[in-house]
Amino acid sequence: MFDGYTASELVSILAMQGFAGLILFSVFLLMALGLAIIFGQMGVINMAHGEFMILGAYMTYLTSHLVQDYAPGLFGGYFFLAMIVAFIAAGALGLLLEWALIRHLYRRPLDTLLATWGVSLILQQIYRSVFGAREVGVTLPDWMMGALSLSDTIEVPINGLFVMALTLVISGIVFLLMFRSSWGLQVRAVTQNRVMAGAAGINGRRVDAMTFALGCGIAGVAGSAFTMIGSTGPTSGQLYIVDTFLVVVFGGAQSLLGTIASALTISQSQSTLEFFLSGSMAKVFTLLVVVLILLVRPQGLFVLKVRKA
Amino acid sequence: MAGIGGGVAQAAPATAEVNTTGLAVTDTEVTVGILHSVTGTMAISETGSVQAEKLAIEQINASGGILGRQIKIIQEDGASDWPTFAEKARKLLVNDKTAAVFGCWTSASRKAVLPVFEKENGLLYYPTFYEGLEQSPNVFYTGQEATQQILAGIDWVMKDKGAKSFYLLGSDYIWPRTSNKIARKHIEMNGAQVLGEEYFPLGHTQFNSVINKIKLRKPDVIYAIIVGGSNVAFYKQLKAAGIDLSKQTLLTISVTEDEVRGIGGENIAGAYAAMKYFQSLDNENNKAFVKAFKDMWGQDMVIGDVTQAAYLGPWLWKAAVEKAGSFDVDKVREASAGIELTTAPEGYVKIHPNHHLWSKTRIGLAKADGQFEVLYETAELMEPDPFPKGYQ
Repeated sequence: MFDGYTASELVSILAMQGFAGLILFSVFLLMALGLAIIFGQMGVINMAHGEFMILGAYMTYLTSHLVQDYAPGLFGGYFFLAMIVAFIAAGALGLLLEWALIRHLYRRPLDTLLATWGVSLILQQIYRSVFGAREVGVTLPDWMMGALSLSDTIEVPINGLFVMALTLVISGIVFLLMFRSSWGLQVRAVTQNRVMAGAAGINGRRVDAMTFALGCGIAGVAGSAFTMIGSTGPTSGQLYIVDTFLVVVFGGAQSLLGTIASALTISQSQSTLEFFLSGSMAKVFTLLVVVLILLVRPQGLFVLKVRKA
Repeated sequence: MAGIGGGVAQAAPATAEVNTTGLAVTDTEVTVGILHSVTGTMAISETGSVQAEKLAIEQINASGGILGRQIKIIQEDGASDWPTFAEKARKLLVNDKTAAVFGCWTSASRKAVLPVFEKENGLLYYPTFYEGLEQSPNVFYTGQEATQQILAGIDWVMKDKGAKSFYLLGSDYIWPRTSNKIARKHIEMNGAQVLGEEYFPLGHTQFNSVINKIKLRKPDVIYAIIVGGSNVAFYKQLKAAGIDLSKQTLLTISVTEDEVRGIGGENIAGAYAAMKYFQSLDNENNKAFVKAFKDMWGQDMVIGDVTQAAYLGPWLWKAAVEKAGSFDVDKVREASAGIELTTAPEGYVKIHPNHHLWSKTRIGLAKADGQFEVLYETAELMEPDPFPKGYQ
């Protein structure tokens, strides 16, 4: 397994694979965070999560073109603008969807699964009609390409670092919102006991709507970040949805901490295995590990204790 | 433009003469099928094929049709789903009685429709470069089979770049695996070395690990046949990891102008592709083809290898029907061997008795504007060899 590598090469391998794993971790977390908020806090299985991500990606694509055409001087910084546009667009669509559809389906998780699956198909067709069936890619400003050399053999891609920083910032904001703001207190109260929360004067309807919009908005930002590594087509969202659910379910649906731990576990095992096995086999082993752990702990890695009555 | 087939419109012979098997042929019209995915994950790739086939058919109709009959199209959507392909193929042959079908893209869809075409004795023109190891009396393969793409590409990179070691990468399904098997054999037979071989699920977007391995192993050539959207992630991450394609040789047989559009020319500039066709080919046939294609489908369109091969289908069928003097599938098949197109955008092609085309293999250098500069082409047409000895 270690044949053909010298000791110093092995050190480089470990360092670079560690970074690759951290980048993968950031990607997983970014994908799963929005889904975990919606699924964990509201019990809604949002099958259209991937399409919200793709909306963010298309918004980034549009922004890059608009900036290139009308303000080429600002191109170096367009990505920050694009992420804001992506967040607003996906969040607004989420708000609309919640109002039109989701709020009628609370407490019927399987129905939300079907309904949002339908929504995802509709969105795919809309993307196809508006943007065409072919994939589009965005051009990145030069500073985001290239690698940072830490030593002769250890190099870290800059856009990977960018995704890591972005994930840190977003996770930080979500953490502050959930655990340090009065709105977060309301969300947690509604999650634990809707009736009591209502009796205490919390507007459950508004909390639901905002939570759903926030989750969708984060998906939009994730999509925006993905344009750095992948292309965007009408059906690209489906590529991510399985991995995203894997992270959320493995982590324990109702715990944001669980989502983080699960993203870390899956990404590190995937990244390490990938170096010594082939890409496909690494995926197989990762899935196997997840299945085995879920056999032992069906609720996922972390479970929030909720009174079930 | 009169179209690439040329010739004068013939007086229409009687229907009873040109159609003895009950195909959908009337005194003025002949019906054909187009069967591609216009929805689902393959729509991205197959759109170009549909466009090229419609262009060819429109040009044939404008130049007087076939045996005095205008071509009518019935288009079905395979929806990126192989059982659907089989079902729609049956509909096109049994219900619609189409005289020929232009379609399929993935090997999986072709394998799904193959029994239907053989049972109903239909005629399929299949445009994609593919792994070979197949020959059906009911299919004409207008793309290149594996040896026509792989061997010439590897020979070139060994001779021109002095390559002695390779790292093979691919998506995890039949085409890349079979192609790499042939590539490995050819590399080793020529005294060079394979340093690594790896496969990734379709749609995979994280290539950091394998890129790290490539950096450590330092192969002379990265031989990448990753398919579809994964390419975008791969080339962007390659560039981000500091691998400069002007110094590190990379040869691909899976990236055409279509994929480059998603990848971004600046991310893949410097890579080499082994194909039989590039949009930038400098000849009169191709200039006319590119212009007609853009006039019909939009000036910002790009044309890849498979799109051109799809364009050949209707023209090859027309030539065979006219030689046979009949639309009957058996007669068209019999007339096909030896049919040549001197006016194909790729230059010149000829149908081999094994139902594949004689064609040239070319090496293109990817440029930042998304086009390829043609550096080399095989001197002779390569004979198609779908069952290469010693490579199976």
